[in-house]
Amino acid sequence: MTESAQDGEYDAWLDSIESDDGYYLECSNGHGWLPPRRVCPRCHDQDLSAVDLPDSGEIASHTTITVPTPQFEDDAPYVTAIADFGPVSVTGLVRDVDPDDVAIDDVVGIDVGERVTTGERAVVFRPR
Amino acid sequence: MSDPRIAGASVTQFGKHPERTGRDLFAEAGLEALSEAGIDPEDAEALYYGNFMGELAEHQGHQGPLMAEAIGLDVPATRVEAACASAGTAVREAVKTIRNGEAEVVVVGGAERMTNIGTAAATDALAIAADDLYEVRAGMTFPGAYALMARSYFDQYGGSHEDLAHIAVKNHEHALVNEHAQIQKEITVEDAMEAPTIASPLGLYDSCPITDGAAAAVLTTESYAEEHDLDAPVAITGTGQGGDNLALQDRLHLAQTPAADKAAEEAYGDAGVGPDDVDFAEVHDCFTIAEVFAIESLGFYERGEGIAAARNGETTRDGDRPINLSGGLKAKGHPVGATGVAQLATVAWLLDGSHPRADAVPDSTVGVAHNAGGTVASTTVHVMEVQE
Repeated sequence: MTESAQDGEYDAWLDSIESDDGYYLECSNGHGWLPPRRVCPRCHDQDLSAVDLPDSGEIASHTTITVPTPQFEDDAPYVTAIADFGPVSVTGLVRDVDPDDVAIDDVVGIDVGERVTTGERAVVFRPR
Repeated sequence: MSDPRIAGASVTQFGKHPERTGRDLFAEAGLEALSEAGIDPEDAEALYYGNFMGELAEHQGHQGPLMAEAIGLDVPATRVEAACASAGTAVREAVKTIRNGEAEVVVVGGAERMTNIGTAAATDALAIAADDLYEVRAGMTFPGAYALMARSYFDQYGGSHEDLAHIAVKNHEHALVNEHAQIQKEITVEDAMEAPTIASPLGLYDSCPITDGAAAAVLTTESYAEEHDLDAPVAITGTGQGGDNLALQDRLHLAQTPAADKAAEEAYGDAGVGPDDVDFAEVHDCFTIAEVFAIESLGFYERGEGIAAARNGETTRDGDRPINLSGGLKAKGHPVGATGVAQLATVAWLLDGSHPRADAVPDSTVGVAHNAGGTVASTTVHVMEVQE
Protein backbone atom coordinates (compact mmCIF):
# COMPACT_ATOMS: atom_id res chain seq x y z
CA MET A 1 0.00 0.00 0.00
CA THR A 2 1.30 3.41 -0.92
CA GLU A 3 1.51 5.83 1.95
CA SER A 4 -0.19 9.15 1.29
CA ALA A 5 1.91 12.26 1.42
CA GLN A 6 1.35 14.60 4.33
CA ASP A 7 -0.02 18.05 3.57
CA GLY A 8 2.64 19.86 5.55
CA GLU A 9 1.44 22.05 8.37
CA TYR A 10 -2.19 21.22 7.69
CA ASP A 11 -1.74 17.62 8.80
CA ALA A 12 0.44 18.75 11.66
CA TRP A 13 -2.38 21.08 12.72
CA LEU A 14 -4.89 18.21 12.58
CA ASP A 15 -2.48 16.19 14.74
CA SER A 16 -2.48 19.02 17.27
CA ILE A 17 -6.29 19.08 17.40
CA GLU A 18 -6.35 15.30 17.81
CA SER A 19 -4.00 15.51 20.78
CA ASP A 20 -6.02 18.32 22.43
CA ASP A 21 -3.15 20.68 21.77
CA GLY A 22 -4.80 22.78 19.07
CA TYR A 23 -3.33 26.11 18.07
CA TYR A 24 -3.68 28.91 15.59
CA LEU A 25 -1.25 31.46 14.25
CA GLU A 26 -1.52 35.03 15.44
CA CYS A 27 0.26 38.09 14.11
CA SER A 28 1.46 40.90 16.34
CA ASN A 29 -1.73 42.83 15.57
CA GLY A 30 -3.95 40.03 16.87
CA HIS A 31 -5.21 38.65 13.54
CA GLY A 32 -5.70 34.88 13.68
CA TRP A 33 -5.17 32.32 10.94
CA LEU A 34 -4.86 28.59 10.48
CA PRO A 35 -1.59 27.16 9.17
CA PRO A 36 0.13 27.12 6.80
CA ARG A 37 0.78 30.87 6.80
CA ARG A 38 3.97 32.88 6.37
CA VAL A 39 2.35 36.29 6.45
CA CYS A 40 -0.79 37.89 7.84
CA PRO A 41 -2.83 38.77 4.74
CA ARG A 42 -4.60 41.53 6.65
CA CYS A 43 -1.61 43.57 7.89
CA HIS A 44 1.39 41.93 6.14
CA ASP A 45 3.06 41.11 9.46
CA GLN A 46 5.39 38.15 9.15
CA ASP A 47 5.86 37.72 12.89
CA LEU A 48 3.36 34.90 13.40
CA SER A 49 3.33 32.87 16.57
CA ALA A 50 1.40 29.80 17.67
CA VAL A 51 -1.34 30.49 20.22
CA ASP A 52 -3.52 27.92 21.99
CA LEU A 53 -6.85 27.44 20.29
CA PRO A 54 -9.74 28.19 22.69
CA ASP A 55 -11.48 25.08 24.02
CA SER A 56 -14.81 26.11 22.58
CA GLY A 57 -16.16 28.18 19.73
CA GLU A 58 -19.46 29.56 18.49
CA ILE A 59 -21.14 28.61 15.26
CA ALA A 60 -21.16 31.58 12.88
CA SER A 61 -23.12 29.86 10.12
CA HIS A 62 -24.13 26.35 9.14
CA THR A 63 -25.75 24.34 6.37
CA THR A 64 -27.04 20.82 5.99
CA ILE A 65 -25.71 19.48 2.70
CA THR A 66 -27.84 16.90 0.89
CA VAL A 67 -26.09 16.99 -2.51
CA PRO A 68 -22.46 16.11 -1.70
CA THR A 69 -19.31 15.61 -3.68
CA PRO A 70 -18.36 11.95 -4.33
CA GLN A 71 -15.94 12.12 -1.39
CA PHE A 72 -18.90 12.67 0.96
CA GLU A 73 -21.46 10.46 -0.75
CA ASP A 74 -22.06 8.23 2.29
CA ASP A 75 -21.80 11.11 4.75
CA ALA A 76 -24.84 12.96 3.38
CA PRO A 77 -26.84 14.53 4.80
CA TYR A 78 -24.25 16.26 6.93
CA VAL A 79 -23.79 19.63 8.55
CA THR A 80 -20.90 21.89 7.57
CA ALA A 81 -20.37 24.97 9.71
CA ILE A 82 -17.99 27.84 10.31
CA ALA A 83 -17.24 28.35 13.99
CA ASP A 84 -15.45 31.27 15.60
CA PHE A 85 -12.69 30.40 18.08
CA GLY A 86 -11.47 33.75 19.32
CA PRO A 87 -9.76 35.62 16.49
CA VAL A 88 -9.77 32.61 14.17
CA SER A 89 -12.63 30.85 12.40
CA VAL A 90 -12.65 27.20 11.41
CA THR A 91 -14.78 25.20 8.96
CA GLY A 92 -15.83 21.73 10.04
CA LEU A 93 -18.47 19.05 10.23
CA VAL A 94 -21.02 19.27 13.04
CA ARG A 95 -21.72 15.91 14.66
CA ASP A 96 -23.56 14.45 17.64
CA VAL A 97 -26.55 16.73 17.13
CA ASP A 98 -29.69 16.59 14.99
CA PRO A 99 -29.07 18.81 11.94
CA ASP A 100 -32.37 20.58 12.57
CA ASP A 101 -31.17 21.58 16.03
CA VAL A 102 -27.93 23.28 14.90
CA ALA A 103 -28.12 27.06 15.32
CA ILE A 104 -25.95 30.14 15.01
CA ASP A 105 -24.19 30.96 18.31
CA ASP A 106 -24.29 27.31 19.43
CA VAL A 107 -21.19 26.52 21.50
CA VAL A 108 -19.05 23.70 20.14
CA GLY A 109 -15.78 21.98 20.81
CA ILE A 110 -13.32 20.98 18.10
CA ASP A 111 -12.10 17.49 17.32
CA VAL A 112 -10.88 15.39 14.41
CA GLY A 113 -13.12 12.69 12.98
CA GLU A 114 -13.26 10.41 9.98
CA ARG A 115 -15.33 10.97 6.88
CA VAL A 116 -17.81 8.12 6.46
CA THR A 117 -17.19 7.79 2.73
CA THR A 118 -13.41 7.80 2.58
CA GLY A 119 -12.20 7.39 6.15
CA GLU A 120 -10.04 10.46 5.73
CA ARG A 121 -9.62 12.91 8.58
CA ALA A 122 -11.80 15.98 8.91
CA VAL A 123 -12.38 18.74 11.45
CA VAL A 124 -15.42 17.94 13.55
CA PHE A 125 -17.42 20.16 15.91
CA ARG A 126 -19.45 18.69 18.75
CA PRO A 127 -21.88 20.49 21.06
CA ARG A 128 -20.45 21.70 24.35
CA MET B 1 -6.68 55.67 -24.64
CA SER B 2 -9.60 54.19 -26.51
CA ASP B 3 -12.52 52.55 -24.76
CA PRO B 4 -13.01 49.23 -26.54
CA ARG B 5 -16.04 48.92 -28.77
CA ILE B 6 -17.96 45.66 -28.89
CA ALA B 7 -18.01 44.89 -32.60
CA GLY B 8 -19.68 41.50 -32.40
CA ALA B 9 -20.75 38.90 -29.87
CA SER B 10 -22.24 35.45 -29.79
CA VAL B 11 -23.36 32.82 -27.31
CA THR B 12 -24.26 29.23 -28.02
CA GLN B 13 -27.44 27.64 -26.79
CA PHE B 14 -26.79 27.05 -23.09
CA GLY B 15 -27.80 23.65 -21.78
CA LYS B 16 -26.85 20.02 -22.00
CA HIS B 17 -24.55 19.20 -24.91
CA PRO B 18 -22.71 16.15 -23.56
CA GLU B 19 -21.80 15.04 -27.07
CA ARG B 20 -20.11 18.31 -28.00
CA THR B 21 -16.50 19.11 -27.10
CA GLY B 22 -15.46 22.40 -25.57
CA ARG B 23 -13.54 23.26 -28.70
CA ASP B 24 -16.63 22.73 -30.83
CA LEU B 25 -18.77 24.91 -28.56
CA PHE B 26 -16.18 27.70 -28.58
CA ALA B 27 -15.69 27.44 -32.34
CA GLU B 28 -19.40 28.06 -32.84
CA ALA B 29 -19.44 31.14 -30.62
CA GLY B 30 -16.11 32.52 -31.79
CA LEU B 31 -16.75 32.17 -35.50
CA GLU B 32 -20.20 33.73 -35.16
CA ALA B 33 -18.82 36.65 -33.13
CA LEU B 34 -16.19 37.31 -35.80
CA SER B 35 -18.85 37.10 -38.50
CA GLU B 36 -21.17 39.43 -36.57
CA ALA B 37 -18.32 41.89 -36.16
CA GLY B 38 -17.61 41.93 -39.87
CA ILE B 39 -13.91 41.88 -39.09
CA ASP B 40 -11.31 40.03 -41.11
CA PRO B 41 -9.97 37.33 -38.74
CA GLU B 42 -6.49 38.20 -40.02
CA ASP B 43 -6.83 41.48 -38.12
CA ALA B 44 -7.31 39.77 -34.76
CA GLU B 45 -4.20 40.18 -32.63
CA ALA B 46 -4.93 38.32 -29.39
CA LEU B 47 -7.34 35.90 -27.71
CA TYR B 48 -8.22 35.88 -24.03
CA TYR B 49 -10.22 32.83 -23.10
CA GLY B 50 -11.97 31.85 -19.87
CA ASN B 51 -12.25 28.25 -18.67
CA PHE B 52 -12.34 26.70 -15.22
CA MET B 53 -12.65 22.92 -15.15
CA GLY B 54 -11.19 21.85 -18.49
CA GLU B 55 -8.65 19.52 -16.91
CA LEU B 56 -11.31 17.72 -14.90
CA ALA B 57 -14.15 17.69 -17.42
CA GLU B 58 -12.20 17.10 -20.65
CA HIS B 59 -8.69 16.20 -19.53
CA GLN B 60 -7.63 19.26 -21.44
CA GLY B 61 -5.29 21.94 -20.22
CA HIS B 62 -3.53 24.63 -22.27
CA GLN B 63 -6.77 25.63 -23.89
CA GLY B 64 -5.70 29.10 -25.07
CA PRO B 65 -3.95 28.06 -28.27
CA LEU B 66 -6.40 25.20 -28.76
CA MET B 67 -9.30 27.62 -28.87
CA ALA B 68 -7.46 30.12 -31.08
CA GLU B 69 -6.91 27.27 -33.52
CA ALA B 70 -10.57 26.30 -33.23
CA ILE B 71 -11.62 29.69 -34.61
CA GLY B 72 -8.81 29.92 -37.15
CA LEU B 73 -6.63 32.48 -35.41
CA ASP B 74 -2.84 32.45 -35.23
CA VAL B 75 -2.46 34.86 -32.35
CA PRO B 76 -1.09 34.92 -28.81
CA ALA B 77 -3.80 33.12 -26.87
CA THR B 78 -4.11 33.06 -23.11
CA ARG B 79 -6.45 31.08 -20.92
CA VAL B 80 -7.61 33.05 -17.90
CA GLU B 81 -8.85 31.18 -14.83
CA ALA B 82 -10.64 32.80 -11.91
CA ALA B 83 -13.27 30.13 -11.21
CA CYS B 84 -16.68 31.43 -12.31
CA ALA B 85 -15.18 34.85 -13.04
CA SER B 86 -12.77 33.41 -15.62
CA ALA B 87 -14.43 35.13 -18.57
CA GLY B 88 -14.89 38.40 -16.71
CA THR B 89 -11.19 38.52 -16.02
CA ALA B 90 -10.54 37.59 -19.66
CA VAL B 91 -12.62 40.62 -20.67
CA ARG B 92 -10.53 42.78 -18.37
CA GLU B 93 -7.32 41.57 -20.02
CA ALA B 94 -8.79 42.27 -23.44
CA VAL B 95 -9.83 45.78 -22.40
CA LYS B 96 -6.35 46.52 -21.06
CA THR B 97 -4.71 45.19 -24.21
CA ILE B 98 -6.76 47.51 -26.40
CA ARG B 99 -6.47 50.49 -24.09
CA ASN B 100 -2.71 50.28 -23.86
CA GLY B 101 -2.39 50.22 -27.64
CA GLU B 102 -1.05 46.70 -27.96
CA ALA B 103 -3.83 45.60 -30.28
CA GLU B 104 -6.70 46.99 -32.32
CA VAL B 105 -8.75 43.79 -32.49
CA VAL B 106 -8.99 41.27 -29.66
CA VAL B 107 -11.23 38.24 -29.35
CA VAL B 108 -12.45 37.42 -25.86
CA GLY B 109 -14.51 34.43 -24.89
CA GLY B 110 -14.92 31.36 -22.79
CA ALA B 111 -16.38 27.90 -22.72
CA GLU B 112 -17.17 25.16 -20.27
CA ARG B 113 -18.19 21.57 -20.68
CA MET B 114 -19.84 20.29 -17.50
CA THR B 115 -22.77 17.95 -18.04
CA ASN B 116 -20.67 15.12 -19.51
CA ILE B 117 -19.20 14.32 -16.08
CA GLY B 118 -22.52 14.18 -14.21
CA THR B 119 -23.84 16.09 -11.20
CA ALA B 120 -21.59 14.52 -8.55
CA ALA B 121 -18.35 15.07 -10.46
CA ALA B 122 -19.42 18.57 -11.50
CA THR B 123 -20.21 19.38 -7.85
CA ASP B 124 -16.73 18.11 -6.98
CA ALA B 125 -15.12 20.15 -9.75
CA LEU B 126 -16.95 23.33 -8.73
CA ALA B 127 -15.98 22.78 -5.11
CA ILE B 128 -12.28 23.17 -5.89
CA ALA B 129 -12.89 26.88 -6.31
CA ALA B 130 -12.92 26.79 -2.51
CA ASP B 131 -9.96 26.20 -0.18
CA ASP B 132 -9.10 22.51 -0.46
CA LEU B 133 -7.50 22.10 2.95
CA TYR B 134 -9.96 24.01 5.05
CA GLU B 135 -13.24 23.98 3.13
CA VAL B 136 -13.45 21.09 0.66
CA ARG B 137 -12.21 18.62 3.26
CA ALA B 138 -14.94 19.83 5.62
CA GLY B 139 -17.55 18.85 3.04
CA MET B 140 -18.00 22.27 1.50
CA THR B 141 -19.77 22.30 -1.83
CA PHE B 142 -20.46 25.34 -3.99
CA PRO B 143 -24.14 25.41 -2.94
CA GLY B 144 -23.07 24.74 0.64
CA ALA B 145 -20.79 27.76 0.67
CA TYR B 146 -23.55 30.06 -0.57
CA ALA B 147 -25.91 28.47 1.94
CA LEU B 148 -23.53 29.51 4.72
CA MET B 149 -23.53 33.04 3.32
CA ALA B 150 -27.33 33.08 2.97
CA ARG B 151 -27.91 31.95 6.55
CA SER B 152 -25.46 34.56 7.79
CA TYR B 153 -27.30 37.24 5.74
CA PHE B 154 -30.67 36.24 7.20
CA ASP B 155 -29.17 36.31 10.69
CA GLN B 156 -27.55 39.69 10.22
CA TYR B 157 -30.07 41.59 8.12
CA GLY B 158 -33.27 39.54 8.04
CA GLY B 159 -34.94 38.10 4.98
CA SER B 160 -36.19 34.63 4.22
CA HIS B 161 -36.12 31.80 1.75
CA GLU B 162 -39.37 33.18 0.36
CA ASP B 163 -37.60 36.43 -0.55
CA LEU B 164 -35.05 34.36 -2.47
CA ALA B 165 -37.86 32.48 -4.21
CA HIS B 166 -39.02 35.76 -5.74
CA ILE B 167 -35.57 36.17 -7.32
CA ALA B 168 -35.83 32.72 -8.89
CA VAL B 169 -39.34 33.43 -10.17
CA LYS B 170 -38.19 36.74 -11.69
CA ASN B 171 -35.18 35.29 -13.47
CA HIS B 172 -37.14 32.34 -14.83
CA GLU B 173 -39.72 34.77 -16.19
CA HIS B 174 -37.04 36.92 -17.79
CA ALA B 175 -35.59 33.89 -19.60
CA LEU B 176 -38.85 32.88 -21.25
CA VAL B 177 -38.02 34.78 -24.47
CA ASN B 178 -34.26 34.14 -24.41
CA GLU B 179 -33.65 31.46 -27.01
CA HIS B 180 -30.15 30.84 -25.67
CA ALA B 181 -31.41 30.09 -22.15
CA GLN B 182 -31.06 26.63 -20.68
CA ILE B 183 -34.37 26.83 -18.82
CA GLN B 184 -37.39 28.49 -20.40
CA LYS B 185 -39.94 27.54 -17.82
CA GLU B 186 -42.06 29.77 -15.65
CA ILE B 187 -42.09 28.90 -11.95
CA THR B 188 -44.05 30.13 -8.95
CA VAL B 189 -42.93 31.09 -5.48
CA GLU B 190 -44.58 27.91 -4.28
CA ASP B 191 -42.56 25.82 -6.76
CA ALA B 192 -39.35 27.35 -5.44
CA MET B 193 -40.34 26.93 -1.82
CA GLU B 194 -41.32 23.31 -2.25
CA ALA B 195 -38.29 22.23 -4.32
CA PRO B 196 -35.87 19.76 -2.72
CA THR B 197 -33.25 21.27 -0.45
CA ILE B 198 -29.67 20.93 -1.71
CA ALA B 199 -27.87 22.80 1.08
CA SER B 200 -30.15 24.35 3.67
CA PRO B 201 -31.57 26.95 3.45
CA LEU B 202 -31.09 26.76 -0.34
CA GLY B 203 -33.25 24.55 -2.55
CA LEU B 204 -33.03 23.36 -6.11
CA TYR B 205 -34.61 26.54 -7.48
CA ASP B 206 -32.11 28.70 -5.63
CA SER B 207 -29.33 27.21 -7.71
CA CYS B 208 -28.22 27.70 -11.29
CA PRO B 209 -28.09 24.56 -13.41
CA ILE B 210 -25.00 22.69 -14.59
CA THR B 211 -24.43 23.91 -18.10
CA ASP B 212 -22.45 23.42 -21.30
CA GLY B 213 -21.89 26.43 -23.46
CA ALA B 214 -19.61 29.07 -24.91
CA ALA B 215 -19.58 32.80 -25.55
CA ALA B 216 -17.33 35.12 -27.53
CA ALA B 217 -17.02 38.79 -28.34
CA VAL B 218 -14.81 40.83 -30.62
CA LEU B 219 -13.45 44.07 -29.17
CA THR B 220 -11.85 46.81 -31.21
CA THR B 221 -10.76 50.41 -31.00
CA GLU B 222 -13.00 53.33 -31.82
CA SER B 223 -10.67 54.32 -34.68
CA TYR B 224 -10.66 50.81 -36.18
CA ALA B 225 -14.46 50.72 -35.98
CA GLU B 226 -14.68 54.08 -37.76
CA GLU B 227 -12.11 53.16 -40.43
CA HIS B 228 -13.92 49.92 -41.22
CA ASP B 229 -17.41 51.39 -40.94
CA LEU B 230 -18.40 48.90 -38.24
CA ASP B 231 -21.71 49.03 -36.43
CA ALA B 232 -20.32 49.07 -32.88
CA PRO B 233 -22.22 51.61 -30.78
CA VAL B 234 -21.48 50.07 -27.37
CA ALA B 235 -18.19 50.68 -25.56
CA ILE B 236 -16.72 49.19 -22.41
CA THR B 237 -16.08 52.37 -20.47
CA GLY B 238 -15.23 50.97 -17.06
CA THR B 239 -13.44 47.91 -15.76
CA GLY B 240 -12.82 46.84 -12.19
CA GLN B 241 -11.66 43.79 -10.30
CA GLY B 242 -11.59 42.97 -6.62
CA GLY B 243 -10.35 40.10 -4.49
CA ASP B 244 -10.90 38.60 -1.05
CA ASN B 245 -9.59 35.74 1.09
CA LEU B 246 -10.28 32.47 -0.66
CA ALA B 247 -11.82 30.69 2.32
CA LEU B 248 -15.03 32.00 3.83
CA GLN B 249 -13.65 31.34 7.30
CA ASP B 250 -10.97 33.96 6.74
CA ARG B 251 -13.30 36.72 5.56
CA LEU B 252 -14.30 39.77 7.56
CA HIS B 253 -17.85 39.32 6.27
CA LEU B 254 -19.96 36.26 5.55
CA ALA B 255 -22.95 38.37 4.51
CA GLN B 256 -21.21 40.87 2.26
CA THR B 257 -18.99 40.63 -0.80
CA PRO B 258 -16.19 43.18 -0.43
CA ALA B 259 -14.45 41.95 -3.59
CA ALA B 260 -17.47 43.08 -5.57
CA ASP B 261 -17.56 46.39 -3.69
CA LYS B 262 -13.98 47.03 -4.78
CA ALA B 263 -14.62 45.96 -8.38
CA ALA B 264 -17.70 48.19 -8.62
CA GLU B 265 -15.94 51.18 -7.15
CA GLU B 266 -13.06 50.81 -9.57
CA ALA B 267 -15.31 50.27 -12.61
CA TYR B 268 -17.58 53.19 -11.77
CA GLY B 269 -14.58 55.44 -11.22
CA ASP B 270 -13.04 54.30 -14.48
CA ALA B 271 -16.24 55.04 -16.40
CA GLY B 272 -17.06 58.23 -14.51
CA VAL B 273 -20.53 57.01 -13.56
CA GLY B 274 -22.26 55.98 -10.35
CA PRO B 275 -24.90 53.45 -9.39
CA ASP B 276 -27.69 55.96 -10.06
CA ASP B 277 -26.59 56.24 -13.70
CA VAL B 278 -27.00 52.51 -14.35
CA ASP B 279 -30.16 51.51 -16.20
CA PHE B 280 -29.88 47.73 -15.76
CA ALA B 281 -27.37 45.02 -14.84
CA GLU B 282 -26.50 41.42 -15.52
CA VAL B 283 -25.21 40.03 -12.23
CA HIS B 284 -23.74 36.74 -11.08
CA ASP B 285 -26.72 34.92 -9.58
CA CYS B 286 -25.20 31.44 -9.38
CA PHE B 287 -27.51 31.20 -6.37
CA THR B 288 -30.43 33.46 -5.59
CA ILE B 289 -28.64 34.92 -2.57
CA ALA B 290 -25.74 35.85 -4.85
CA GLU B 291 -27.98 38.29 -6.71
CA VAL B 292 -28.69 40.02 -3.38
CA PHE B 293 -24.99 40.37 -2.65
CA ALA B 294 -24.38 41.66 -6.17
CA ILE B 295 -27.00 44.41 -6.22
CA GLU B 296 -25.87 45.61 -2.80
CA SER B 297 -22.19 45.63 -3.82
CA LEU B 298 -23.07 47.48 -7.01
CA GLY B 299 -24.56 50.23 -4.84
CA PHE B 300 -28.14 49.79 -5.99
CA TYR B 301 -29.23 48.96 -2.44
CA GLU B 302 -27.99 49.51 1.10
CA ARG B 303 -26.85 46.43 3.02
CA GLY B 304 -29.80 44.34 4.01
CA GLU B 305 -32.19 45.97 1.54
CA GLY B 306 -31.39 44.01 -1.62
CA ILE B 307 -33.17 40.93 -0.33
CA ALA B 308 -36.61 42.48 -0.94
CA ALA B 309 -35.89 43.98 -4.36
CA ALA B 310 -37.38 41.19 -6.45
CA ARG B 311 -40.33 40.68 -4.12
CA ASN B 312 -41.07 44.41 -4.41
CA GLY B 313 -40.88 44.29 -8.19
CA GLU B 314 -37.99 46.74 -8.36
CA THR B 315 -35.64 44.41 -10.25
CA THR B 316 -38.22 42.77 -12.50
CA ARG B 317 -38.38 43.69 -16.18
CA ASP B 318 -41.02 46.31 -15.49
CA GLY B 319 -39.22 47.60 -12.38
CA ASP B 320 -37.07 50.68 -12.01
CA ARG B 321 -33.79 48.81 -12.48
CA PRO B 322 -34.17 45.41 -14.09
CA ILE B 323 -31.64 42.81 -13.03
CA ASN B 324 -30.76 39.79 -15.16
CA LEU B 325 -33.06 40.36 -18.11
CA SER B 326 -31.37 37.38 -19.77
CA GLY B 327 -32.68 35.11 -17.02
CA GLY B 328 -29.35 35.30 -15.25
CA LEU B 329 -27.25 32.29 -14.45
CA LYS B 330 -30.30 30.94 -12.65
CA ALA B 331 -32.34 30.31 -15.78
CA LYS B 332 -30.03 31.15 -18.69
CA GLY B 333 -27.45 28.69 -17.37
CA HIS B 334 -23.89 28.93 -16.09
CA PRO B 335 -21.20 27.36 -18.27
CA VAL B 336 -18.64 28.63 -15.79
CA GLY B 337 -15.84 29.79 -18.06
CA ALA B 338 -18.21 31.41 -20.55
CA THR B 339 -20.46 33.33 -18.16
CA GLY B 340 -18.61 36.65 -17.99
CA VAL B 341 -18.57 37.06 -21.77
CA ALA B 342 -22.20 35.94 -22.07
CA GLN B 343 -23.05 38.74 -19.64
CA LEU B 344 -21.02 41.18 -21.76
CA ALA B 345 -22.92 40.11 -24.87
CA THR B 346 -26.27 40.42 -23.12
CA VAL B 347 -25.56 43.94 -21.91
CA ALA B 348 -24.39 44.99 -25.38
CA TRP B 349 -27.52 43.55 -26.99
CA LEU B 350 -29.81 45.20 -24.45
CA LEU B 351 -28.10 48.55 -25.10
CA ASP B 352 -28.24 48.28 -28.88
CA GLY B 353 -31.82 47.03 -28.83
CA SER B 354 -31.22 43.61 -30.34
CA HIS B 355 -31.91 41.51 -27.22
CA PRO B 356 -35.41 40.01 -26.93
CA ARG B 357 -35.82 41.75 -23.56
CA ALA B 358 -34.59 45.12 -24.87
CA ASP B 359 -38.14 46.45 -24.75
CA ALA B 360 -37.80 46.47 -20.95
CA VAL B 361 -35.04 49.10 -21.16
CA PRO B 362 -35.82 50.99 -24.40
CA ASP B 363 -33.89 54.22 -23.73
CA SER B 364 -31.06 52.79 -21.69
CA THR B 365 -27.53 54.08 -22.12
CA VAL B 366 -25.59 52.45 -19.26
CA GLY B 367 -25.46 48.76 -18.38
CA VAL B 368 -23.28 46.81 -16.00
CA ALA B 369 -21.97 43.24 -15.92
CA HIS B 370 -20.94 41.70 -12.57
CA ASN B 371 -19.08 38.36 -12.68
CA ALA B 372 -18.06 36.60 -9.47
CA GLY B 373 -15.63 33.73 -8.91
CA GLY B 374 -16.05 31.10 -6.21
CA THR B 375 -17.67 32.60 -3.15
CA VAL B 376 -16.76 36.03 -4.53
CA ALA B 377 -13.05 35.84 -3.84
CA SER B 378 -12.70 37.19 -7.39
CA THR B 379 -15.06 39.67 -8.99
CA THR B 380 -15.05 41.75 -12.13
CA VAL B 381 -17.42 44.59 -12.93
CA HIS B 382 -17.66 46.16 -16.36
CA VAL B 383 -19.58 49.28 -17.30
CA MET B 384 -20.89 49.51 -20.83
CA GLU B 385 -22.28 52.63 -22.46
CA VAL B 386 -23.87 53.60 -25.74
CA GLN B 387 -21.59 56.02 -27.56
CA GLU B 388 -22.71 58.87 -29.81
